[in-house]
Amino acid sequence: MRDLTNDILELIRRTSTDLPPDVEQALGAARQRETQGSAARGALDTILENVTLARRDSSPICQDTGTPIFIVRYPAGWSTRALRAQIREAIAQATKKAYLRPNAVDSLSGKNSGNNLGDDTFPTIYFEEVEGKTLTIDLLLKGGGSENVCAQYSLPHTGLGAGRDLEGVRRVVLDAVHQAQGQGCAPGVLGIAIGGDRGSSYMASKEALLRPLDDVNPDRALADLEARILRETNELGIGPMGFGGKTTVLGVKACGLHRLPASFFVSVSYMCWACRRRRMIADGDAVRYSDRSEP
Amino acid sequence: MIELTFPLSDAAVRDLKVGDPVSLYGMMVTGRDAAHKWLIDTFIKKTRTPQGDDAQAIEALTPLLKGGAIYHCGPVVAGLDTKQYRFVAAGPTTSIREEPYQADVLQHFGIKAVIGKGGMAARTLAACQSVPAVYLHAIGGAATLIAQTVTRVVGVHKLDFGVPEALWVIEVKAFPAVVTMDSHGHSLHAEVEAQSRAALDRLLKA
Repeated sequence: MRDLTNDILELIRRTSTDLPPDVEQALGAARQRETQGSAARGALDTILENVTLARRDSSPICQDTGTPIFIVRYPAGWSTRALRAQIREAIAQATKKAYLRPNAVDSLSGKNSGNNLGDDTFPTIYFEEVEGKTLTIDLLLKGGGSENVCAQYSLPHTGLGAGRDLEGVRRVVLDAVHQAQGQGCAPGVLGIAIGGDRGSSYMASKEALLRPLDDVNPDRALADLEARILRETNELGIGPMGFGGKTTVLGVKACGLHRLPASFFVSVSYMCWACRRRRMIADGDAVRYSDRSEP
Repeated sequence: MIELTFPLSDAAVRDLKVGDPVSLYGMMVTGRDAAHKWLIDTFIKKTRTPQGDDAQAIEALTPLLKGGAIYHCGPVVAGLDTKQYRFVAAGPTTSIREEPYQADVLQHFGIKAVIGKGGMAARTLAACQSVPAVYLHAIGGAATLIAQTVTRVVGVHKLDFGVPEALWVIEVKAFPAVVTMDSHGHSLHAEVEAQSRAALDRLLKA
């Protein structure tokens, strides 16, 4: 098994400094919709200029380079122990090169480890063995401002009149976006998981954020729900940075999970406009990178 | 575009209105969660006795904060090994976490501008009226662009808090922001919250 440390370092550099084209296009379209001279338009101008500068200079799009979340799908024969060590080494090197901010803080002592490495949960790494010979690593850099406005609801929810159906899901998601206001660096992307337990639900809502903004959910009911929530969250008028405006959300990605008869969780992961995601694909000795995390 | 150079006079602060785009010049100090708690506990409420280099740090910071700006920011900094510091990425962090502390910190140190993102709430807005001070909204995530307005890293205090939480003294040139809370009791955030609440109620009735 070859050593992938340098390839993973390049995956981190690209993810932190080069916004995926689908997100940049959505921001450009949002800019066109805002009125000339408005604070919303000014915010999007600055955002788009920053995206260009970060790509040119290989410097982080956002200083909060977030929790690095790796999803590794490996063929039989790879050592997850070795892969974990390589990912951790790449994280430490990327931090030294200032592609990442040292973000790992010991919650009991308050000490920042300085190299972005904490216990086994920092960075977050998920492993799954897959068929075939191709190894893929998806990386999502999930910032703290947007993480703080994520929300999980247990349905039914009396206050919002939300029952255990897709209408109930719609109602709680609108509430979550209203509560977030501009705090999660709007315009954001919503990952929504319906069902699961509290843990699996949140995880699935994060994984949904890996989907390209312009894909269409193969499930017709979910595709309709995504389109409706996208339209209605933008009617809230919160706008870029919460300055007021026409674009509050850039995309909505939903999925369903099996649940217990007793539980009906809806998890809403809010991703800031700096939706930093990338895929690395290793096939034998060839490594390539993709802006799109499609199957 | 209104150009502001720190330190600010009361008159300059009172001239600013919600919605004004501003361009910032001069010195500012970064400070976020650990810094605000440290300032409150050690120097305002004095529930914690000064330790280590606390006394030196506050002696250096006090004159900079008087009439100056505190920037809610945890930067990415290059040159940590050589102490030839350079800001690489330096956008704002979410300000609302400092709401329990901000009003007291503004009043105690005579700070005239809070720079951050997402806005703040009623206590800070009241302090903006009495000090007087303003809340300047920087563009969240625009970290490389803002870092390029930092012309000099003058120094750093409390680096033991970690790079993001330390108090960095920086000099900026043409740092872009928007006034979203002014010294006359107006807050764009309160306004957008109320409007979006009405829109939400309509959508939930449907």
